[in-house]
Amino acid sequence: MSSSLEPRFHPRRLMRRLLGPIFGAACLTATCTGVVVLIVLLGSIVMAALQGPPEVPWYAIGPNLSELFSLIRRLAVGGQSSDPLIAGYRVGIAGSLWLLGLVAVIGIPVGIGAGVFLEEYAPPGRLRRIIQTNIANLAGVPSIVYGILGLALFVRAFGIKSLALGSTLMAGVLTLSLLILPIVVITTQEALRSVPQSLRQAALALGATRWQMVRDHVIPSAMPGILTGTILGLSRAIGETAPLLMVGAAGSLFQLPKGPLDRYSALPVEIYNYAKEPDPRFQTVAAGGILILVAILLAMNATAIVIRNRYRRYH
Amino acid sequence: MSVSETRADRISVHSPGVDGSSTVPSPVRDPIVLSTRNLSLWYGTALAIKEFTIDIPRNKITALIGPSGCGKSTLLRCFNRMNDLINGARTEGEVRFDGELISGDDIDPVVLRRRIGMVFQKPNPFPKSIYNNVAWGARINGYRGEMDELVERSLRRAALWDEVKNKLNRSGLDLSGGQQQRLCIARTLAVEPEVILMDEPCSALDPISTARVEDLMDDLKNDYTIVIVTHNMQQARRVSDMTACLMLDEGSGDAHRTGILAEFSPTDLLFTNPKDKRTEAYITGRIG
Repeated sequence: MSSSLEPRFHPRRLMRRLLGPIFGAACLTATCTGVVVLIVLLGSIVMAALQGPPEVPWYAIGPNLSELFSLIRRLAVGGQSSDPLIAGYRVGIAGSLWLLGLVAVIGIPVGIGAGVFLEEYAPPGRLRRIIQTNIANLAGVPSIVYGILGLALFVRAFGIKSLALGSTLMAGVLTLSLLILPIVVITTQEALRSVPQSLRQAALALGATRWQMVRDHVIPSAMPGILTGTILGLSRAIGETAPLLMVGAAGSLFQLPKGPLDRYSALPVEIYNYAKEPDPRFQTVAAGGILILVAILLAMNATAIVIRNRYRRYH
Repeated sequence: MSVSETRADRISVHSPGVDGSSTVPSPVRDPIVLSTRNLSLWYGTALAIKEFTIDIPRNKITALIGPSGCGKSTLLRCFNRMNDLINGARTEGEVRFDGELISGDDIDPVVLRRRIGMVFQKPNPFPKSIYNNVAWGARINGYRGEMDELVERSLRRAALWDEVKNKLNRSGLDLSGGQQQRLCIARTLAVEPEVILMDEPCSALDPISTARVEDLMDDLKNDYTIVIVTHNMQQARRVSDMTACLMLDEGSGDAHRTGILAEFSPTDLLFTNPKDKRTEAYITGRIG
């Protein structure tokens, strides 16, 4: 603070002290924008769902909530119908659960296996880098492209009638598996990369083969990260509409699918179909379906976050 | 200078001929357990160690000392083929274990690593229970005997049994640093190796833990051969029977540091009457 400093340093204390809070305020505004948009979105959906008697004001939380719940219950139980008062998502929810289950059994292990191979077994070099770059690019491909691929490959099998699956559940499962494959591979690789080298060296120094080391140490250590990737992949799969429309998820279907080679529908597809209906009462139905879908997605993402937090605390 | 010829008080009945003649078969076990001939190792294009010829005696503690970057850990890793894990590592020359060639492609490193164990600088127990830390190595190598007994025996040999016998199910990571390192020694002992390589095992430990690990080494040398890399010259003096002093090759610049073997003698001799001037400069602290 001595006066001899003044000629060489220009502290500009006022300016510097202002810039910090200004920057902080700008970031806060950005955050709030996202939150506000989310609230407005959800609010408008809830409003659309609650188009009940106008004498119930929007701030009467109790009656509104109970009406919301009864709407959701009605939607979950009812099947497809052209009458908006009994229309529901029973078929769609069943179809989505089938899709989820089969993608978890077919698509996830393939993705994890690919991630393990690329990270632990593939010799580092140009080939591995090419494969990794390609997979990373595939993560950004629009989902409709996967739908077109699924249509050509699984539904129609390029014209080979005996191999073609038609518009069945299996075609949808395989298409969605391809869709989430890049996500699962990349998150698995990230999880494996976070396992410290010292652990691998300790295992190998005891005379373990690479497989024994990976099976008993690397994969268990990376399991929380792999699980997070699995859940993120599955929650992406459950929300996809465009590819399912391309591979023939049914517009109107009355019975629940009984096996992987049955016709099926899915929750997002049914929401889309109800929203297209000209009858304004179907807006309520569509809005209710959106709420069900959002609730499922939130639950899955919350699980992923809980797992990830528990992992961070442990390590 | 020939550094594989030490003084006559080296207890050797037979030694492999330096001129390359084959070992004379002997009724007692060869007192040399590990030997290298003109061993050089490159990381990519950088020469890390240059033409090392050294004979490690059985059931003794051999210390490798020298300034940073002169290849001590690299040499250690050559003995159990851990350099294979490093991309671009390439060796020339021979390494022999009990007379058999272990460098080159014919040997299975997995089998070798059970017989030559390694303890690392930073203790790295598995994130499993103490019991499973010790048992895992034996299990994957197909141990057929009583596992409980093996775990107890290994933990006793590592001077850790009394401290953990009531909490074998607790995670290995819950132990203190010194205990973790002894756990790592115990799990190495569980696979019944013949040689134990130690890469600065005490550098991350406090003095009391260090003293306990050094006492342990003294006990272990009756049944195992120990090769230890250390930066601590007092430790080398206290603990080892033979000492090898590694130095930086004069020709190497800053681009890549190449290590050479400057001197290899019984410890007392090396520290009181070093033959090589560079060794003398290092141990008296003038360089390094």
